[in-house]
Amino acid sequence: MISNTGFWAFLRRDLLLINRRRGEVASPLIFFIMAATFVPLATTPDAELLKDIAPGIIWVMALLATLLSAESLFASDYQDGSLEQLLISPQLIVMPVLGKVTAHWLTTGLPLTLVSPLLGLLLSLPTDGYLPMMAGLAVGTGCLSLLAALGAALTVSLPKGGLLLTLIVMPLYMPVIIFGSATAQYSIQGLAWTGPLAILGAMLALAIALCPLAISSVLRLTTIN
Amino acid sequence: MNWNWFYRMGSPRWFYESTSRWLPWLAALTFVLLAGGLVWGLAFAPQDAKQGNSFRIIYLHVPASFLALAGYFLMATAGAIGLIWKMKLSYMVMKCAAPLGAVLTFLALFTGAVWGKPTWGSYWVWDARVTSMLILLFLYLGVLALQYAFDSKDVGNKASAILALVGTVNIPIIYKSVDWWFTLHQPATIRFTEAPSMHPDMFQPLLVMILGFYCFYAVALILSVRVEILARERKTSWVRERVKQATQNTLGAGL
Repeated sequence: MISNTGFWAFLRRDLLLINRRRGEVASPLIFFIMAATFVPLATTPDAELLKDIAPGIIWVMALLATLLSAESLFASDYQDGSLEQLLISPQLIVMPVLGKVTAHWLTTGLPLTLVSPLLGLLLSLPTDGYLPMMAGLAVGTGCLSLLAALGAALTVSLPKGGLLLTLIVMPLYMPVIIFGSATAQYSIQGLAWTGPLAILGAMLALAIALCPLAISSVLRLTTIN
Repeated sequence: MNWNWFYRMGSPRWFYESTSRWLPWLAALTFVLLAGGLVWGLAFAPQDAKQGNSFRIIYLHVPASFLALAGYFLMATAGAIGLIWKMKLSYMVMKCAAPLGAVLTFLALFTGAVWGKPTWGSYWVWDARVTSMLILLFLYLGVLALQYAFDSKDVGNKASAILALVGTVNIPIIYKSVDWWFTLHQPATIRFTEAPSMHPDMFQPLLVMILGFYCFYAVALILSVRVEILARERKTSWVRERVKQATQNTLGAGL
């Protein structure tokens, strides 16, 4: 039986570790804002045009920021051997893994969601779009974190796994991107936006159920061998 | 039920020796089907009323797309069998299916682009099916990249098998979301919602080509698995015996 053994312990442990290196939390956020600033500079400052592509830009940048931060998810635990210690414990490591991913989401996905209105402002997103965009990001970045953790587990033992991680996870992100940016786009066009949000929620439920199982078997494979 | 046949399939030697017997026949069948289908489709099938001769590229495009998708499922199934029953052979099948599938996906995209230029007016269109095929190509490339990233072949095999399985769970979701995305953004200039029903004269050669591509896929996969077997088992006595025999035969023929 899977109890919640280890979920809270690992959530607290990872949050504590991240709290000691706060710079790491800030980097994806700063990247998120910087990269999105470049889009008007590279294309056009025309508000009419930017407003149409704003949800898409914000989502693509959120995806990249998540991927950039994912490499460190298991890296330090792998290097100092605590991952191996976790794996030789007798119980399933599904719950500890979920705790770690939750900590990752709390320190990347959630902050990204909270600063996204700032980007909406920069990219002249209409005011109706803010709430749906934030709701979509809050749910969608959960999926992004879980899938990124799978990629991080697959590439944890490789010396330069970062780019490979991006390569293998990106195709899996496509449904999340489509429905995530649709949530904001629907609200701008005056349509009911809860539909795509509900689908994002369904994807998150599926990912929470399946990803930790896959991640724990992958970690066993890449770490022990 | 007798499971002997299943366990025997796990033996690379058994696979190598039994395919040696019937592979020539399968190759001959493939040649007949492909040559017959191509000549029939390209030269004898009637012209399309609207598209003229350019429609004939479907005789390559459709079978390649079929096999690209079926190949992914075959690769993932082989990977799953490897993970569950720890069979060496099924990992080899998975490893060989990846590049083959990637090439077929590329072929499907390429022939689609060549056909799209005269028909749709551009090489690339963000159509739902085209986009799904592109994502399929990315999935194949991810599996390939992961396969070769590890020093240990065993870890590479298992890791890419898991990735292929995750991709399989995702393929229906990807397909449905692209479909939904396309209906949201459907451009007005292109009408390709329904393929017109085909005339039997055009359809029969297509059927022959699809069968031919399936046989071709089997032949190509078996050939590359055989190479993989020889490379991995090169230190065993039966492979050495075979190599010795083969070199003696060629030497004898040369003298």
